[in-house]
Amino acid sequence: MSADSAQELIDAVKRALDSNTNLCITGGNTKSFYGRDPVGEPLLTTIHHGIVNYEPSELVITARSGTLLADIELTLAEQKQMLAFEPPSFGKQATLGGAVACGLSGPRRPYVGAVRDFVLGVRMINGRGEDLKFGGQVMKNVAGYDVSRLMVGALGTLGVLLDISLKVLPTPMMECTLVFEVGHTQALELQNTWAAKPLPISATCHVGELLHVRLSGSEKGIIAARKQLGGEQVQGADEFWCNLKEHRHDFFKQAETLWRISVPPATPALNVSGPCLVEWNGGLRWLKSDIPAQSIRTTIDMVGGHATMFRGGDSENVFHPLQQTVLTLHKNLKTAFDPAGIFNPGRMYEGV
Amino acid sequence: MSIAPKAENPSLQSQRARVASDLRRVVATDSVLDEEESLRPYECDGLSAYRRLPLVVVLPDTVDQVQQVVRYCHDNDIPIVARGAGTGLSGGALPIEDGVVLSLAKFNKVISVDKDNRTAVVQPGVRNLAISETVSHLGLYYAPDPSSQIACTIGGNVAENAGGLHCLKYGLTVHNVLEIKIVTIEGDLVTIGSNALDSPGYDLLALMTGSEGLLGIIVEVTVKLLTKPDCAKVIMASFDDIEKAGNAVANIITAGIIPGGLEMMDNAAIRVTEDFVHAGYDVEAAAILLCELDGTPEEVDDEIERVKLVLEQSGYTQMQVAKDDNQRQLFWSGRKSAFPAVGRISPDYYCMDGTIPRKTLGSVMSKVDELSRQYDLRVVNVFHAGDGNLHPLILYDGNVEGELERTEELGGAILDLCIEVGGTITGEHGVGMEKIDHMCIQFDTLELSQFHAVKQAFDTKRLLNPDKAVPTLHRCAEFGAMHVHKGQLKFPDIERF
Ligand SMILES: Cc1cc2nc3c(=O)[nH]c(=O)nc-3n(C[C@H](O)[C@H](O)[C@H](O)COP(=O)(O)OP(=O)(O)OC[C@H]3O[C@@H](n4cnc5c(N)ncnc54)[C@H](O)[C@@H]3O)c2cc1C
Repeated sequence: MSADSAQELIDAVKRALDSNTNLCITGGNTKSFYGRDPVGEPLLTTIHHGIVNYEPSELVITARSGTLLADIELTLAEQKQMLAFEPPSFGKQATLGGAVACGLSGPRRPYVGAVRDFVLGVRMINGRGEDLKFGGQVMKNVAGYDVSRLMVGALGTLGVLLDISLKVLPTPMMECTLVFEVGHTQALELQNTWAAKPLPISATCHVGELLHVRLSGSEKGIIAARKQLGGEQVQGADEFWCNLKEHRHDFFKQAETLWRISVPPATPALNVSGPCLVEWNGGLRWLKSDIPAQSIRTTIDMVGGHATMFRGGDSENVFHPLQQTVLTLHKNLKTAFDPAGIFNPGRMYEGV
Repeated sequence: MSIAPKAENPSLQSQRARVASDLRRVVATDSVLDEEESLRPYECDGLSAYRRLPLVVVLPDTVDQVQQVVRYCHDNDIPIVARGAGTGLSGGALPIEDGVVLSLAKFNKVISVDKDNRTAVVQPGVRNLAISETVSHLGLYYAPDPSSQIACTIGGNVAENAGGLHCLKYGLTVHNVLEIKIVTIEGDLVTIGSNALDSPGYDLLALMTGSEGLLGIIVEVTVKLLTKPDCAKVIMASFDDIEKAGNAVANIITAGIIPGGLEMMDNAAIRVTEDFVHAGYDVEAAAILLCELDGTPEEVDDEIERVKLVLEQSGYTQMQVAKDDNQRQLFWSGRKSAFPAVGRISPDYYCMDGTIPRKTLGSVMSKVDELSRQYDLRVVNVFHAGDGNLHPLILYDGNVEGELERTEELGGAILDLCIEVGGTITGEHGVGMEKIDHMCIQFDTLELSQFHAVKQAFDTKRLLNPDKAVPTLHRCAEFGAMHVHKGQLKFPDIERF
C-alpha cells in the first residue's frame, strides 16, 4: 500500500471530475452482478486497505474500505468477536467497502440487526473530491445527519468510502443447529410462533422439506431452548449456514432468475410460482422464477414488501420501483453528494 | 448564548394576526393559538434557559391538515418548528419568532398493532411509554426507553434518535423503527422504510432518524416490538474509585457479555438519588454500577455468575444482586430519577450529553471533576456507561448573576473534552440550538457544507426548523472569533482541553 492511498483516491476522483469521466468504484469485484450494470472507469479501492484501529473492549473496529472482509473476520475471531450481521462475501476478494455499499446482511440479521445497524462512522470522498468524516467510533452519536448509515446500501452512488467504523459483537459462547422435517406453510408458521417467544434463535432457513434453526447463547440457555423446540441436532452446521450465506447451497444453482424478496415476516406463502427458500423468520424469501417482473412485484406490493432481481433477469429493472416523491428525494440526494453524477451512475436506479 | 424574551415589534403582531386567521381556514379556530398567554407554554422545550415566543402555534388533527398547514407555510415562506411533548434537552423545539410551531399533540392514537409481525403503527404524538403499555397484554414492548418516556412522544424520539437505559443491547430509536410517514415541506405525504426488514433505495429512514425536524414532519411511525424477556436480574456493585468502575465496564464487555443495561453513577449522583428514593445505594462509594441481565432464566443465571466474577476481578467493594423484581425496580428507581432528584437540591441544572470511547471514562471523569472545581459549579454524573454516553448535570442558579453563563462555559469545556478524546458532543439529546456552536468544532467547513446540501435536498427554502442542528458557515466564523475572545476576557487562567 502506498503512503497515502486515501490521497491517491481523492486525486483520482478530482481527475475524473476534471475530465468528466464516470467512475465505477470497485473493491474485490465480487458483487458486480448485483444492481444495474456497472459503468465507468474502475476506481480500485483495494489500494486502500488495512485495519486502522481495533479495540475489543470498545466493541469497535475501524478499517479501510479496501480491507478484505476475510481479514477483518479473522482478526475479530481471534478476539472471539464478529461482524454480527454476517455479510455475504460472494468470493475471497470481497472487501469491507463493497459489503457496506451493497448493504447485504446474512442469516443473523433479524436477531441482531443489519449492516446499517452496525455502522458507526465513515470517512468518504464525495463527488466534489472532498475528504469528509461523519459519525465516529462511539456507540451513540447524533451530531449532524446520519450520513454514515445513508452510505450503507447506496451502492457507491453517493461517494467513495474510505474508512468505516463498525460496532462488533462477541461471538456466542455456543451454537447449536436443529432440523425439522416440515413443509413450506408449516415452516412459516413455526418460525413465527418461535419468533414470538424469548428463545435464543439466531438463524432460520427453510428449503425443500427441511427447516434449520440455529440457537446461540450460553450452554444452559441452549439446552433449555432445545427442550422447548425438539427437532434433531445437526452436526457441523457452521458449513450449512456459511453455504447459505454465500449462496453455495444447492438451491442457488439455478437457471431461472433469482429474486430476493423482503416481506413482513408473518406473510403467508407467496402467491407466486417457483421454488422458494425462506430465511429470517419468514422475512426473507429467495424465489427462483421466470415469471414477469411486473407480476411478481404487483404481488409483493400487496403484502407490503419489495422484490430485487438478485441474479439474472432484466438488468435495467433490478430494484423495486420507488414512489415518485421518494425517487425525487433520491435524485436530490444524489445531486447533494455527487453533483456531476460521476459515481456508479445508474447502478441503483436510472438517474441515481 | 441564552435568548431572553424581548419586546416584539409591531410588524410581527400584524403578521401574527394574518397568519392565525389564514390557518383558521385550515384547522378549527381553537386549534390555532395566537394569544401571548396561550403561546407562553410553547416558548421553550426541556432546555428552559432558551425561550422565544412563536408567531402562532397550530395543532392540526389530521394528516391532511398538516399537509395544508405546511403548504401554506411553504407558499408564504414561514418557518415551521415541529413539536412533540417539548421534553427535548437541546432547544430543538425552541420556536422561531416569525415562525409557526406545529404541534403534533393531537396525534395521540395507536393506529394498529400487528401481533404476528410484532409491530405497531402509531401517530407521532403517542407517548413512548404508551406504546409499551398498549401492547403489554401481548407480552410485547417497545425497547427504547428514554428516562422521559412517560412524557416524550415517538415523533420526538425519531426526530432525536432517542436512546434509553437498555440501548446497549436493544439499540436506539434508529434500530427499532421500521417505517415512517412524513409530510415534506412541499406538503407531499411520503412513506419511508417498510414493514419488511429492509426497503429499496437509499436508507432514508436512517437519514430521517435524528434529523431534528429539519427534513420533514413525521406524521406516522411503525415501530418494532420485542417479546418481553422471561427474566431480568440486576447486579449493583460499588467501587472506591471511578476509574476502577470504568474498567469494570470494559471488562464485562471484553468478557463477551452484553448486558441489557449498564449504568454508572458517581458519588454525588448516588447521594442525591439515595436521599430522594432510598434505593439502598452505598453512599460511601466513589461510583456504583448497575448491570441488568435479561433473557431466559437459564441464560440470566449463567451471565449473573460470569458478571460477578468479572466484577470481583475488577475490585468492587460491595456487590448485591436484587433479590426480587421489587428490589430490581428499586435499584433502577434511583438512576431513573436522577434528574428530578437533582432538581430538588439545585434551582437549575444543565444536562450534558457527550459520548466518549469507554476506555477514556476514567480520565474524562477526573478532568470533569477538575473543571467543576475551576468553574466553581457542582457536577453530578450519571451515565449510560455501556455506551460511553455521559450525562454530567451541572448545578446552577439562574437567578445568580453570571451563573448561567459560567455553566454554559463549563458545559462547553466538557464538550471540547469529549471531542478531544475522540467522542461526540451529543449521544442522544441532539444538537438543537444548544450545541450548534460546538458543531463548528466537531465538523469542518466541508462537512458542514455537505450537511447543508442534504438539507437542500429536502427543503430548498430552509423553512423546516431553520438554523438549528447545523450551523451556517457564517455562524462558525463568528463563533471561532468569540470562542477565543471569551477565553481571554473572562477566564484567562482556565486551562482548555
Ligand atoms: C427528564 C428528562 C429525561 C430525558 N431522558 C432522555 C433519555 O434517557 N434519552 C434520550 O434520548 N433523551 C432523553 N431526554 C430528551 C427528550 O425526552 C428526547 O429527546 C425526546 O425524544 C424528545 O421528544 P419530544 O416529544 O419531547 O420532542 P420535542 O422536544 O417536542 O422535539 C424534539 C425535536 O424533535 C422535533 N420533532 C418533534 N416531533 C416531530 C415530528 N413529529 N416530526 C418532525 N420533527 C419532530 C422537534 O422539532 C425538535 O427538534 C430526556 C428529557 C428529559 C426532560
